[in-house]
Amino acid sequence: MLKIDRRLIKNFDWITFLIVISLAIIGIMTIYSATRPPLGVGEHPDFYFKQVLWLLISTGVLFVIVSFDYIWLYRISYLLYGLGLLLLLIVIFGGRTSMGAQRWLSIGPISFQPSEFFRIFFIIVFSSYLTDIGRNSIDKISMKSLFMFGILPLILLIKQPDLGTAILLMSLFVVLSLSKGISKKIITVIVIIGLISIPFLGHIFWEGLKDYQKNRLVAFIDPDIDPAGIGYHINQSKISIGSGGFFGKGYLKGTQGPLRFLPEKHTDFIFSVFAEEWGFAGSIMLLSIYLMLFLRGLDTAMRAKDEFGRLTALGITAMFFVYFCANIGMTLGIMPVVGVPLPFVSYGGTALLSNFIAAGILINIRTRRFELFYP
Amino acid sequence: MILKRIQLGSYIIIGILLILCFRLWQLQILDGDKYKRLSEDNRLRILKTPAPRGIIYDRNGTPLVKNIPFFSVSITTDNFSGIDTDSLAAVLGLTPKEVEEKLTKKDNSPFVPVKLKQGLSFGEIARIEARRSDFPGLFVETEVGREYLFGKVGAHIIGYLGKITTSQLNNPDLRHFPSDALIGQWGVEALFDNQLRGIPGERIIEVDALGRELRMIQERPPVKGTDINLSIDIQIQKAVEDAFGEKAGALVALKPDSGEILALESLPSFDPNIFSMGIAYNDWKSLMEDKKKPMLNRAVQSQYPPGSTFKIITAIAALEEGIIDPDTKINCTGGINYGRWTFGCWKKGGHGPVDFHRAIVESCDVYFYELGRRLGIDKIHKYATAFGLGRETGIELIPVKEKSGLIPNTEWKKEKKRLPWYLGDTFISAIGQGYITTTPIQMAAMMATFANGGNVYKPSLIKGSYQPARTINLKPETIRMIKEALSGVVNESNGTAQGARSSLAVIGGKTGTAQVVGKKKGLAGERFMDHAWFVAFAPVDDPEIALSVFVEHGGGGGAVAAPIAKRAIEAYLKSQALRARNQESQNAEN
Repeated sequence: MLKIDRRLIKNFDWITFLIVISLAIIGIMTIYSATRPPLGVGEHPDFYFKQVLWLLISTGVLFVIVSFDYIWLYRISYLLYGLGLLLLLIVIFGGRTSMGAQRWLSIGPISFQPSEFFRIFFIIVFSSYLTDIGRNSIDKISMKSLFMFGILPLILLIKQPDLGTAILLMSLFVVLSLSKGISKKIITVIVIIGLISIPFLGHIFWEGLKDYQKNRLVAFIDPDIDPAGIGYHINQSKISIGSGGFFGKGYLKGTQGPLRFLPEKHTDFIFSVFAEEWGFAGSIMLLSIYLMLFLRGLDTAMRAKDEFGRLTALGITAMFFVYFCANIGMTLGIMPVVGVPLPFVSYGGTALLSNFIAAGILINIRTRRFELFYP
Repeated sequence: MILKRIQLGSYIIIGILLILCFRLWQLQILDGDKYKRLSEDNRLRILKTPAPRGIIYDRNGTPLVKNIPFFSVSITTDNFSGIDTDSLAAVLGLTPKEVEEKLTKKDNSPFVPVKLKQGLSFGEIARIEARRSDFPGLFVETEVGREYLFGKVGAHIIGYLGKITTSQLNNPDLRHFPSDALIGQWGVEALFDNQLRGIPGERIIEVDALGRELRMIQERPPVKGTDINLSIDIQIQKAVEDAFGEKAGALVALKPDSGEILALESLPSFDPNIFSMGIAYNDWKSLMEDKKKPMLNRAVQSQYPPGSTFKIITAIAALEEGIIDPDTKINCTGGINYGRWTFGCWKKGGHGPVDFHRAIVESCDVYFYELGRRLGIDKIHKYATAFGLGRETGIELIPVKEKSGLIPNTEWKKEKKRLPWYLGDTFISAIGQGYITTTPIQMAAMMATFANGGNVYKPSLIKGSYQPARTINLKPETIRMIKEALSGVVNESNGTAQGARSSLAVIGGKTGTAQVVGKKKGLAGERFMDHAWFVAFAPVDDPEIALSVFVEHGGGGGAVAAPIAKRAIEAYLKSQALRARNQESQNAEN
């Protein structure tokens, strides 16, 4: 079943692979620094070591993903999507609560967030759906499919609540629909309906938010309202990044993370720790690596041999980009605090694994771009 | 078309990344210095180190208080990690509800410590330290607390250190104190709080976000508060406390030549140690609601008719005004009639013919009715007020408000009672009954003024300090005769205060009884017994101590109050002798 032919090795997308590996290594280094005990005294929490193990597992999985032709994903896309929805349902009724949200599912000793994988399943199924309906019938995106791929998953995610993934899904829905090409008429209708319903939906949206989510929005608008309270995250993050200056304080020299001023320093706010230690110069370097990842992803989409591959590559790139923007924008204080990790860098085993799976699919699509006649 | 759109997407990505770069430049380059400073502020904390409080000594250098560490436990939380309130409460010995309440108070902010419990015992600290790792952010703080070495003795003067109150925090002078600061709340602790407190030191430390100390960067040591040497002699206070036993009352002893307070005791007293350890609400309530009123400072707040002790004033007035010949005898038949009323003498059947000396020694009321008749109330008023009666002595005690007592005259009665002054009023005023009321400290000051020959000092609590005196011009003859008579009260076989006779010194004094309303109606029981007074000074030739004793429901002054005065005077003389001996042996060593 495994077909490792020479072309596969020759055409393997080493650039994307090297980009995500280097991001993961930067991540592990930063996790090591962020979680080190204050003054270097005491036990060093083993977060970085766990992340190394997850990186090894994820790399293995990535190669397995690459070894299969991605056309399989097209074939089992509805099955995957059904599985994803089922997991989301299970997590609502039987999930473990952490930090006010019910996102975790435990299977034996392993606990993971189903939404981490659901987002990939969503890209696959929506790409395959858009492929199926064909170029000319795009104007007939039916109410049924709108419900299936839009409203249903949104309801399940907001119920958890997982605002980050919900926003991601909405963005992906729009990006993929747009790239497929929706007629101006439909776009106009959607925009008008959107404008009319904003006040109405806005109310529902606000009322549906948990208190901590409302606080995050208020804190985003004015972090100085209560420096020790809800605006604390943003202020401390800005202090961390700003205090880095041009060259940074130096690796393992940052104070904000180890002294615990910065909350969630090795997960959502890892960029702040990085920017404090590596400064403006280092941050620009990191952003450049991400830029390479995104442009490479778009290039893969353009070169994909079929429509499913193109849409999937686009969706995955868009997913990385949305997470990247939400995370960096949050740490820089120009976006609301939405608990979204920085892809490949933030601590978190399932997130790393799912990002590597996504990267694997991306590499898969690029690697097989010349295989025009595949059985 | 799709390829074009993807190309458009790459422009969007580049555009957004440029925005992020611009923002980075803004934070790290433009505002970099500001954020660098903020990150320093973050990790550095200035901590106050409590200054040792000044020690309060008595006049012989005996320390009355001791500084002891006062431990409290606080917690800094980040509000994100849940605290196991049940087990935290168990460690602190509080109920989960109390802990919950403290943690969820409205004005709590994350990263600002919340004080959970004050006044921890060493056992509690050991228990907390053992479990500290289970509760990140939990820490034990040390403040300066007080131990009052003599407990209840002298508590009304020494006072206590207690938690600052809400109303004090609203006071502009005290507003800079933290809301859980310990400040002097009563007596000398409160009055001299500024001197005693000292200047707290500062430690600049590096901390983590939970405020836990990581290392010290700079330190400025605290400056100890100024010690205070009180004028009181704790040995007298102890003797008085002992002599009163279960009785309620007060004793004030003054140094006649300066107005220094040698002793001021009000009983029953309270134990200041329960305040300094952070008084429990129930203890506070029971103190406040105690029928015996331990928080009442009877020495300055009890005002009662001085009874026969007031005859000293009447006698001085009579001799100064020259209205009597001391040798002339007045016949006491047991009472005098005035209109429909009979004013009796305390001795049924009367004293017979009495002269000035015997009238004082035996406290003959009829003799003093006659003096009152001859003087008139306004003359009596003049001398009484000259000796400081009827107005505050001006002793400073916090938060106790001194009472003024009352010396009536015709004008006062017209104004307040809308009645003319009757001769009968003069009669009972002359023997210290009726409208006249005085406080124990006024009577002690009166005695001191007489003992030093007429100099009025403001009573003072600080050793060696005295306020310039006001002098009453008295004839030496007046002083000599009354001193002799007062000595007779104690030392002659017919004196009313033979219980005060001492082998250590010649004591002079005068008994008094403040009648309790209701007694006449034949009610029995201690509640209806008269209040006993005794004023005294010693030695008669060269007075070193003057005092007043007031015993609530003590009955006759001679039986109850005089022995207490004797105990106080002897305690004073003994500690003076001891000090002289100590000084001698010190001199010999040198």
